[in-house]
Amino acid sequence: MSSTVISHGAAHHDAHDHHHETFLTKYIFSQDHKMIAKQFLITGIVMAVFAMLLSILFRIQLAWPEEDFPILEVFLGKWAEGGRIKPDFFLSLVTIHGTMMVFFVLTAGLSGTFSNLLIPYQLGARDMASPLMNMLSYWFFFAACVIMVASFFVESGPAAAGWTIYPPLSAVPTAIAGSGLGMTLWLVSMTLFIASQVLGGVNYISTVLNMRTKGMDLWKMPLTIWAFFLTAIVGLLSFPVLVSAVVLLFFDRTVGTSFYLSDLVVQGQILPNEGGSPILFQHLFWFLGHPEVYIVVMPALGLTSEVISTNSRKPIFGYHAMVYSLVGITVLSFIVWGHHMFVTGMNPFLGGVFMITTLIIAVPSAVKAFNYIATLWRGNIRFTPAMMFAIGMVSFFVSGGLTGLYLGNAALDINLHDTYFVVAHFHLVMGSASIFGMLCGVYHWYPKMFGRMMDTKLGYLHFWLTFVGAYLVFFPMHFMGIDGVPRRYYTFTAFPFMDKWISVNMLITWAAIIAGLAQVAFLWNFFSSIWRGKRAPQNPWNANTLEWTTPVEHIHGNWPGEIPTVYRWPYDYSKPGHDTDFIPQHIPFSETMSSNLPHDFEGNEEAIRIQNEWNKQNNREVIEG
Amino acid sequence: MKFNINNRFKAVLGCLLAVGLLFSTPSFADQQDSLAQDSTVSAVAADEGAAGEADSAATAPVVDSAAASSPASSTTAATNPAQEQVQQIDPQVYKNLTYYILLFLIVCTIVAVVGKVLSIYELTRKMNGKYNPFANNTLQSVLFVVFLVAFFGFVYYGYAVWGDWAWRAAVTEHGKRIDSMFIITTVVITVVLILVHLLLLTFPYIYRMRANTKAYYYPHNDTIEKIWTIVPAIVLTVLVLFGFFTWRSITNVPEDLQKSALQVEVLGEQFQWQVRYPGADGVIGKRDYRLTTPTNSYGIDFNDKNAWDDIQASDIVLPVNKSVRFHIISKDIIHSFYIPDFRVQINAVPGMTNYFQFTPTVTTEEMRERMNDPKYDYVMLCNKICGSGHYNMQKKVVVVTEAEYKEWLSTQNKYFTEDLQKEFTALDSKESDELTTASLN
Repeated sequence: MSSTVISHGAAHHDAHDHHHETFLTKYIFSQDHKMIAKQFLITGIVMAVFAMLLSILFRIQLAWPEEDFPILEVFLGKWAEGGRIKPDFFLSLVTIHGTMMVFFVLTAGLSGTFSNLLIPYQLGARDMASPLMNMLSYWFFFAACVIMVASFFVESGPAAAGWTIYPPLSAVPTAIAGSGLGMTLWLVSMTLFIASQVLGGVNYISTVLNMRTKGMDLWKMPLTIWAFFLTAIVGLLSFPVLVSAVVLLFFDRTVGTSFYLSDLVVQGQILPNEGGSPILFQHLFWFLGHPEVYIVVMPALGLTSEVISTNSRKPIFGYHAMVYSLVGITVLSFIVWGHHMFVTGMNPFLGGVFMITTLIIAVPSAVKAFNYIATLWRGNIRFTPAMMFAIGMVSFFVSGGLTGLYLGNAALDINLHDTYFVVAHFHLVMGSASIFGMLCGVYHWYPKMFGRMMDTKLGYLHFWLTFVGAYLVFFPMHFMGIDGVPRRYYTFTAFPFMDKWISVNMLITWAAIIAGLAQVAFLWNFFSSIWRGKRAPQNPWNANTLEWTTPVEHIHGNWPGEIPTVYRWPYDYSKPGHDTDFIPQHIPFSETMSSNLPHDFEGNEEAIRIQNEWNKQNNREVIEG
Repeated sequence: MKFNINNRFKAVLGCLLAVGLLFSTPSFADQQDSLAQDSTVSAVAADEGAAGEADSAATAPVVDSAAASSPASSTTAATNPAQEQVQQIDPQVYKNLTYYILLFLIVCTIVAVVGKVLSIYELTRKMNGKYNPFANNTLQSVLFVVFLVAFFGFVYYGYAVWGDWAWRAAVTEHGKRIDSMFIITTVVITVVLILVHLLLLTFPYIYRMRANTKAYYYPHNDTIEKIWTIVPAIVLTVLVLFGFFTWRSITNVPEDLQKSALQVEVLGEQFQWQVRYPGADGVIGKRDYRLTTPTNSYGIDFNDKNAWDDIQASDIVLPVNKSVRFHIISKDIIHSFYIPDFRVQINAVPGMTNYFQFTPTVTTEEMRERMNDPKYDYVMLCNKICGSGHYNMQKKVVVVTEAEYKEWLSTQNKYFTEDLQKEFTALDSKESDELTTASLN
């Protein structure tokens, strides 16, 4: 099956080899997966910087609630009159920060970039199954970003109901200013974004299933591809549910339906809506919202698996267990959404069931963490900046994941729900961990994307400032949550018991500012290296996967001649008996007679016979067939 | 070679410039600060020009510009009133921003200089044949160990100091069970956190890349993998069962206990809480949101006679050691009824009633003694984003003895005030009139 597709692809490639590319088709409306990956990445970085600036703004408010910062008025106008951010705008900042980070940066920026870049490269395909859909996927995403940013230029301000946009707050414009035009734009933007994700997801899945090169069976795929593949499945099954939630909310807001609304007296006004339930929205939202967490973190896990293995010069420990745990997470991610709703008034017995499924999902996650550590054990570890970020990612994944044991426990969640404890938990386990996975990917595959190397010293500086900064920002928040400080509070001054946390808030804000400035090191490094970086060799990290067999200069169709055939799994690092410490996937076993192991032949008797003959000639032990 | 020397020369120059700026800029800003305070508001607008000049010069003597600007300012202020109107924001603001941006640029310059110096150092080592390609690798692995120590110190500090700030033992019956589970979970995860980080951050040091070493080819070990699948699974099963039964015991209260408890209704609205006690009959009257009027903002249905003696309370006051069943409702959007000290939380959702039943065990007085804070109060706060006043939507919770509770209850007003009674009877008669006319027709 796959071979026919490839021969067709090659013929197609030859026929179009000489066509001309204009600036518009090469850089803007590109259908080339490599260019689209770069478009996703750069858009993602721009959105990340934007969302980070928003977070710095509200961190300033939280650290110095009594002080004026007139400079804010210069930039924000009426939303920060007299230099103080207004409560409504504070909520907008929190909302848009969350939305952009979760959807635009960690979903599109992460899996959009690396799925596009690596799926064809690592599978040995000339491009995605449908380049046109791929291009549309990017442009829908871009339009979504533009609309979301545009909501800052709306009179009534951007959406302010939290990134979870629970109705009735998001449905009734009189309840909060942000639920006017700003919320409409949010909904439109999100619908476009979901269209982008579905287009992308269909493409990733069909490429992985149909366009693998000769010899690349599923169990020879790198873990990155497994992660992208399963992520795409999760996204494809869950994102459409969010569309339904969004569309129904849109009807409630404009047409006058009552899907989510009932018994409302807002600002003294009795609303006519009857019979709806806000809980319905929460179910629909979290049916996407929880898998979304794994959509965000699984690609990061895939990228770090690859980077840790390559830089430890050691096969990833328990490849099959890693795949099965990803599959387990994929399946379980669909039946745990109720743990976001323990105290919403959902049937408490149902809550108990969700609690059981939620804690089960910790098992595959724990397996992954232990396998990473086992991969490091007795490795020969090389600390490229990518490797640093990969180790940082595992650290965040563990320390953030552990606090999930509290929150997944319905009884403990009573006291921790919607407090800073939750903020700390998810910023570590999905925020920081995924960002680190993404940065690890950027540092590792930058040579493949731009043909140049990034500066390593700036990379180390960036890593250490960000790593330490992120812990300083999020670790203290756990304790605020235990004390009962709710999230999304504009200031801590209204309650005597929160006074003590203002000093901690200042620490957090300073750490956030310094970590934010540290990103300048990354941005400078990233953008200046595009033109001025050292030229990259073909395989700078001595890695095994197929993308490093392509020429450094990007060409249409990825490989100049035949696509290489795959003979082995991607993790033959430091195999005993071989002269180098890596054997790329396209090297046949006939060229590595001295290092072949019985397991490699998968019961192929002819191959074992040949190997045994060679072994006899070279006085080696004979394999038992 | 020549190129390198040039670079070094530039680096040294840059370094000198940076150090110069570092020393001159703060004093420069201080001068500007005092200047801004001295001069009148009208003068400030004109100052900006002078400040701009000073900015570009940066190291120029500041006293001069300050002296020059004061006489100049009076004339420009007179001739340029339009400019003054536009310029409502104190120019000091811009100066401060510029100052911080400059400061950041200096930091960047220093980083760049250090980077250059390091690469020059590396180059010279290479030329002398003394370059160790693994030096940086070792440095990073050592930094991981340093980080590990700092991280453990930080975690310890967090537990000891912030943990102490944050932790107050629960003052309800079910809260004690939650607390013991919280502590067990904390012990488990702290052990795992420390073990995992110990391995994760020392392995990089122990197994850092060296010349002539090769990694150990070790693709899998089914026994180990089974162990670390099953052990977490067992630990989690224990936690799950423990948690499940605690959760059921909190949420699944037998019906007779539900009925015998004191009933209190709490209604959330933007941005306040209303509390309704059932009165002498022990039954909370019906509510219909459609009956909400300015006088009956709660929307109580006074056709239900149970509602007539319902009591409007300013605070939530509860008798100690008595089971209370809270009915949580919302008037407009979702709020959350959250009392951290009690380990109590349930959302207030429009269109449905949520319940939470618990027994407070420590009175406010006792808690004040325990906390050694005579002003300490339990507080109920909103914990679901609900708009601009979300951060200050609270209600005091007071736990008292049974006798004090009864006394307090007798001083509270009823919802069915005289005004409402009049309105109600008027409405009632009108309705019966309508009914009679309707039947006549």
